[in-house]
Amino acid sequence: MRTLFLHLHPSKVNEASLRLNRTFGLGGMAALLLVLQVFTGILLRFYYVPSPAEAYDSILFLKNRVLFGPFIRNIHHWSGVFLLLIAFFHFLRVFFTGAYRNERRINWLFGLLLLMLIVLTNFTGYLLPWDQLAYWAITVGTTLIGYFPFFGNALKTMIIGGKELNAATLQSFFTFHTAVLPLLLILFVIYHFWRVRKAGGVMVPDVQEQKKMVPVMPDLVFRELIAALVVLAVIFAFSAIFNAPLLGKANPAYSMNPTKAPWYFAGVQELLMHFHPFFAAFVIPFSVLLFLAWIPFLHFNEAPNGVWFISETGKSTAGATAVFALIVTLSGIFFNAWVVNFEILLPGIPAVISNGIFPLLILIAMMAGYYKLYIKPRKLTKPELVQVMFVFIMVSFIILTITGIFFRGRDMDLVMPWNS
Amino acid sequence: MKKPDPSIQPEMTSVHENEGISRRDFFSLAWKSLGIVAALELIGSASFFLFSGKRKPKTGTGQLLEAGPVDSFGMNTVTAFLGGRFFLARQQDGGFIAISLRCTHLGCAISWEESRKRFICPCHSSAFDITGEVRNPPAAKALSYYPVLIENGIVKVDVGTLVERNTFRKDQLTYAQ
Repeated sequence: MRTLFLHLHPSKVNEASLRLNRTFGLGGMAALLLVLQVFTGILLRFYYVPSPAEAYDSILFLKNRVLFGPFIRNIHHWSGVFLLLIAFFHFLRVFFTGAYRNERRINWLFGLLLLMLIVLTNFTGYLLPWDQLAYWAITVGTTLIGYFPFFGNALKTMIIGGKELNAATLQSFFTFHTAVLPLLLILFVIYHFWRVRKAGGVMVPDVQEQKKMVPVMPDLVFRELIAALVVLAVIFAFSAIFNAPLLGKANPAYSMNPTKAPWYFAGVQELLMHFHPFFAAFVIPFSVLLFLAWIPFLHFNEAPNGVWFISETGKSTAGATAVFALIVTLSGIFFNAWVVNFEILLPGIPAVISNGIFPLLILIAMMAGYYKLYIKPRKLTKPELVQVMFVFIMVSFIILTITGIFFRGRDMDLVMPWNS
Repeated sequence: MKKPDPSIQPEMTSVHENEGISRRDFFSLAWKSLGIVAALELIGSASFFLFSGKRKPKTGTGQLLEAGPVDSFGMNTVTAFLGGRFFLARQQDGGFIAISLRCTHLGCAISWEESRKRFICPCHSSAFDITGEVRNPPAAKALSYYPVLIENGIVKVDVGTLVERNTFRKDQLTYAQ
């Protein structure tokens, strides 16, 4: 047992890796939350029934008649939210410290895979309460899949098991959420940790003069323990105060206004307000995913390892690009909402072009202009260029997500969050 | 592989060494091949298991929902049949069409607004007219419909067959004889 544990957990570590701002312990926090989810998930399974007739009532029973029912349910809900957020921050940290190069390249890909598995687990779990929130969010989410080219409709019908959400959908989502995905997550997380060990532990800047190895007990283990306790305390406090949402029982004949996708898809949903679904749901997300997977395989030789933002130039250009992305995204949102909507302006042209290729070309032109005027004169190295691209994508995505969650109200009009 | 007998001429032993496959390699290859076959069988049977056994949906193909007598529906009116997931729309010229309540944009349930004579979607404000034709984006296709049959003066809707379409055409309407 001890040797299995020691294959995943080191027995000695580089003292330089102990500093908090190397990793902020984010990967470890994510692993802890995964364990918490499995535990609370198992508890919930003793009460939940995965059929449209009984699912909602089983949750009401859990909330009203089971001791600690609401608490366990809240922990499961908020851990789901925090797990995705922490995994995302971990992903950002790995990128900005350059911990995806050389022998860590494959692990970057497995990390992306884990991120997608977490999103899928969130998505399948979202349907289970079978309330109005669940039913319509998943209806919108699965309809988006229908916009994929060639196999979109077949894939959507296969996932739903019919034309609209039904008992088969709930049953299969439940099986994925409680069996298939947890198994895959656990297996791949173990592999992910093992690969970190294989790469020599967490990334440290190679400017250190001498590598000093210290035993993990107490230096690392105590830190891990404290971090775990803090995370648990925050989750428990949150779960004691805030309730997981539950609306009325699902009504397939009545959509809510507004009907919103789950929060982690709010960015795509916001993109849908500005682009034809083919671009918003397929072209743009898949291009971004392709870019992210490709990053470690672009040839870098020149970047120092473990240094945040690579260099001073890297830092300043990243900051400037963040501001640029903010301006472009916000002006695009306001332009579409208040000035003009291309689809309405050019009704003769197919929507894929007027609301797809056209705005995309405008966006590319703006990015090209930014590159020519600001980036090119600064003669960035290849890693710094990739970083600029990455920052643009991530900041835009975050702005879109925040807008989609907090600033869209009735009829999907732009509103202030306190007015909706 | 046998150790070459030093008393035999070198050319003869080299012929034996280059021919065929060793016993070890042969069995190793055989086990691996059988393992692959077993894996394929496992995946195959699991797939057949998962994708067969078509559950009969509540509204099976050919199952007709009786909407009511032809004359109970006025011209230019829309009657909601939410249980069957459709609106029965009768045109000005008397033609019937059973319009699905799913918006063609992202699948939300539309509602009929009599004052504006439009189907409105609550999600992104797509609008459709009484034939199901798109009048306001972001939806791009006309609403899908269920085939209508009129037997013995009763309007019946085949709720098992959803017909998708891009635009409205006159032949999608059903008339009483």
